[in-house]
Amino acid sequence: MLKDITLGQHFPGNSVLHRLDAMIKIILSMLYLVLIFLVKGFVGYGLLAIFVFCIILLSTVPIKFVLKGLKPLLIFIIFTAILNLFMTSGTVIWQWSFLKLTYEGIYFAVFMILRIVFLVLGTSLLTYTTSPIALTDGIERFLTPFAKIGAPTHELAMMMSIALRFIPTLLEETDKIMKAQMARGADFESGNLIKRARALIPLLVPLFISAFRRADELAIAMECRCYQGGKNRTRLNVVKVGKIDIIASLVFLLCAAVILTANLAG
Amino acid sequence: MIKTEKLTFNYSGEQPNVLKDIDIEIKNGEFVAVLGHNGSGKSTLAKHFNAILLPVGGTVYANGINTKDESRLYDIRRAIGMVFQNPDNQIVATIVEEDVAFAPENLGVPTAEIRETVDWALDTVGMTEYKQHAPHLLSGGQKQRIAIAGVLAMKPKCIVLDEPTAMLDPIGRKEVMDTLMHLNSKNAMTIVLITHNMDEAVNADRVIIISDGEIVKDAPPHIVFSDVDEIKALGLDVPQVTELMYELRKAGLDVPSGVITIEDAYKALSEVAG
Repeated sequence: MLKDITLGQHFPGNSVLHRLDAMIKIILSMLYLVLIFLVKGFVGYGLLAIFVFCIILLSTVPIKFVLKGLKPLLIFIIFTAILNLFMTSGTVIWQWSFLKLTYEGIYFAVFMILRIVFLVLGTSLLTYTTSPIALTDGIERFLTPFAKIGAPTHELAMMMSIALRFIPTLLEETDKIMKAQMARGADFESGNLIKRARALIPLLVPLFISAFRRADELAIAMECRCYQGGKNRTRLNVVKVGKIDIIASLVFLLCAAVILTANLAG
Repeated sequence: MIKTEKLTFNYSGEQPNVLKDIDIEIKNGEFVAVLGHNGSGKSTLAKHFNAILLPVGGTVYANGINTKDESRLYDIRRAIGMVFQNPDNQIVATIVEEDVAFAPENLGVPTAEIRETVDWALDTVGMTEYKQHAPHLLSGGQKQRIAIAGVLAMKPKCIVLDEPTAMLDPIGRKEVMDTLMHLNSKNAMTIVLITHNMDEAVNADRVIIISDGEIVKDAPPHIVFSDVDEIKALGLDVPQVTELMYELRKAGLDVPSGVITIEDAYKALSEVAG
């Protein structure tokens, strides 16, 4: 169950998307988010779907793998859909006591689902195709202008990268502790919400203690390897904004323009 | 390479000393095993070698530099690399080669040179084919070799390993030991191996046994392991072959003491058998 969470993991490869500069990818992802919220109507979403599908193909990350990232959000998606279905006022199609199904409700629910799906699919590609260190590097460079006003950009980037690095390790550990507690009779699956939340305490306490111990050891290991913050740091892979990044940005902008025009026209 | 003079240490003023008047000199190119049971102070000693801990009394010289000299901290850390027990807790990056590059990146080595160093380090530990892999998908032995490569990338003169095989299976243990032996013989790397495992200590040029913060033995392995009763009194074991020969001697067979390798045991037993 815990291994199903793929959001925020790297899928090594050598596609065009993998080779793009991380900073450019971050900026394009942000523009993509704006694009999603600008698009309305079926034509726009149809084109957006084609666009996302093409990008997934281009990334060489298996579609199954990308779709798996949606699974943990399923409940959230369903909840949003139901909320939109019954809470939107408009032309009533069907009514039962206070629940009423409206034409507008269906319309909004479908769009909300599409929006969330596109949002997750598009942005998860960022982490799939960018190694966390490259991502960190990208974020750091993206934030560099803010370092001038005293923002701890390197520290922030390092923290994020370490967090990403330890996600699989801590998930594995959670799984192990959970099984150990279950073997001793712990019950994580039955009872009401409060009972289940309380059942998590024997899981969270050892997990936190172990995480602190790990942090301590990691800090010493980093010191042993001469870590001294962001000062005078060099990089193994220096990414410069190259031809491929400019072409990709232009292609993206072109696609965005096409989608938005079609969106306005439709 | 590493020299301690009357090294004394405690974690806070009131507690008893963890290390008491330790005098060790580790020479260039030596392979030294440090043994001791839990809480004997062996890990604490190791942390003095690259200025993670500073002595309360006495002095430590690492690569000729006094570890108290804060201005040369990174020269010390760079010369004396350190590998720890849990491979998961020393890998920083999510791609093998980026992790190996971590130390040279910190040191501000130019990019082209980092690439060269990383390729060399991975080749030395035999992990070149995994350089694009995610570390959490590797086996324990492979992860530990990556950790060694990460330290090698600083081009150190000496590597101190604090129980690097304690969390590994026998195959991983052999991988790591082979790597260390290779580094010591081919690259003339000084190796300080802190371990629980007597069969690993046999490979060393010299064995130092620490008990209650004091050095009780400091000699080549065949001498250290010749007095089986004394080693056992310190709460430690002897290598399996040594144990076997010891039992045979006790049973009245005329075999020499201090046998530590299977080959020697074979020779000794062949002689007895005629």
